[in-house]
Amino acid sequence: MRIRMGWDDIAFKTCSIIIVWVVVIATLYPFLYVFSSSISNPVAVLQNKVWLWPVGFSTEAYKELLSYPPIKVGYENTLFYTIVGTAMNITLSSLMAYSLSRKNLIFRNFFILVVTFTLLFSGGLIPTYLVVKNVGLINTRWSLIIPTLISAWNLFLLKTFFENIPKELEEAAVMDGCSDLQTFYRIIVPLSMPAITTITLFYAVGHWNSYFNALIYLNDPNLFPIQIFLRDIVIGSQSTAAVDTVTSVNSSIMTESLKYTTIMIVSIPIILVYPFIQRHFVNGIMIGSVKG
Amino acid sequence: MLGLKIQTPAIESVQRAKLSDYITKIIRDRYLLLMLLPGLVYFILFKYWPMYGIVISFEDYNLFKGISGSPWVGLQNFIEFFQSPDAFKLIRNTFLISFYNLIFGFPAPILLAIAFNEFIGKYTKRITQSITFLPHFISTVVIAGLVVNFLSPETGIVNKWLHDFFGVSPINFMMDPKYFRSIYVSMNIWKDIGWGSIIYLAALTGINGELYEAAKIDGANRFRQTWHITLPGILPTVVIMLILQLGHLMEVGAETIILLYNPSTYDTSDILSTFVYRRGLVGTDYSFAAAVDLFNSLVGIVLIFLANRLSRKLTEHSLW
Repeated sequence: MRIRMGWDDIAFKTCSIIIVWVVVIATLYPFLYVFSSSISNPVAVLQNKVWLWPVGFSTEAYKELLSYPPIKVGYENTLFYTIVGTAMNITLSSLMAYSLSRKNLIFRNFFILVVTFTLLFSGGLIPTYLVVKNVGLINTRWSLIIPTLISAWNLFLLKTFFENIPKELEEAAVMDGCSDLQTFYRIIVPLSMPAITTITLFYAVGHWNSYFNALIYLNDPNLFPIQIFLRDIVIGSQSTAAVDTVTSVNSSIMTESLKYTTIMIVSIPIILVYPFIQRHFVNGIMIGSVKG
Repeated sequence: MLGLKIQTPAIESVQRAKLSDYITKIIRDRYLLLMLLPGLVYFILFKYWPMYGIVISFEDYNLFKGISGSPWVGLQNFIEFFQSPDAFKLIRNTFLISFYNLIFGFPAPILLAIAFNEFIGKYTKRITQSITFLPHFISTVVIAGLVVNFLSPETGIVNKWLHDFFGVSPINFMMDPKYFRSIYVSMNIWKDIGWGSIIYLAALTGINGELYEAAKIDGANRFRQTWHITLPGILPTVVIMLILQLGHLMEVGAETIILLYNPSTYDTSDILSTFVYRRGLVGTDYSFAAAVDLFNSLVGIVLIFLANRLSRKLTEHSLW
């Protein structure tokens, strides 16, 4: 039975389509604008002629930026923090999550309570800073890795996923003489690859994008991640000298183009991998909502 | 052995049995406990030790004397804060920024999810959705940088358009306190509208399609279907999300704000957490800043408890 669409149905559909496209265009426009500006002629950018497509063509800003040593240092640092940090995050999180997922673990409820409580209450910015200072991590690379080793939220996502793996598989492994550790890496890890991938990506994006911990824990520019340089160049800052160096090295013609170019080189990795990984992120939310 | 057991009082033997039971279990779970250990140490060191560190908000903390050596001052830091002219401004700003974020930011993803639901083409739907999730993964620094550059009075595209289309002379948006909240809230909507819609889209797929068929036969148009079927269908999700957000009303992170604000907009942009950052980490006035931070957390906890009670009353769901 087919019912004709009335004018009000058509109006509803039109509104919906307009809303979606407005959001899509509003999302894409800034990225396109930044991209166009970064490859346009720097003079055109400075004169505010670019609004959608590139005006002229120039890769000068990229060359200039990539030849500037701090950018290279920042990029390498960010790679280090992302790779080493994420590896440690996912290893410790999945080990702990598996342990907590075992229903008969001794003191299990107590351990879960210990973690849950941290979601509700935290010591706050200053006491956390003082702990990091007291354990001697200030101004070391580890200050961006160790204080954020495990996210309770990600831990619980993993735990929920592990809990949903059929118990028979673990029991069979134990029958065959596997210890808990062996069961974990022979049975659980291979079966949980989708969840582990998702959480790994959550952690990796977090490291790539993080700047606040670097701002409060680091003073040595040689340890700064790229986001700190980005902040100095794009937003300007009262504290560090990076922005002055960049703008004085180049004539002021390049200033505007350099900002957009910096945004590009920081965001390109995320935008490039995004189409392949976004499915996993959505899955991540779904794992979390299975419980709720 | 058997004789010994009979001789000991019953309670003691039960205790001993319990203890040996624990030991057996600990030995049985030794690998699991080993796997748990690094994580547990992390939580104790970086989550619970700072909680103990809150003590400094009742002290005149001195870095060299440490927590136990610094003099105790009781509530003096709190009194000083509430007597300062900053207190009212900071609390008001924190609340208002969060409140505007809630009333404008909360309905936006719901609207988008309902609009997405009208999309029939599978690929168009998937691609448009993926695009709207993207800003959630872009760093705050990039997004704040975009905002600052787009609104710049000299080279910003927004001022260019205002000038070209309306003849408005350049406005220095980032320097004027009256624009700060609108800028911050719009930025958050732009960043999270797509990501926020995921949960509602999931709720929408749970609605029974036959309900729509029946409504169509009864002659209900799309607006009425949305009002009578779609909205009630996602209402539980909406209520839970709303309550969760109410609970976090006083928690506005410093991270984004410190990228956007400057002394000329402090009137509207300076909030509790940015004040804590400036006073504590830039100004190294640890005790005072920790006291302000503790006040902020306590208000947050009260709100979470209230929101949770409200949730239990209104819906079947609650956080605990």
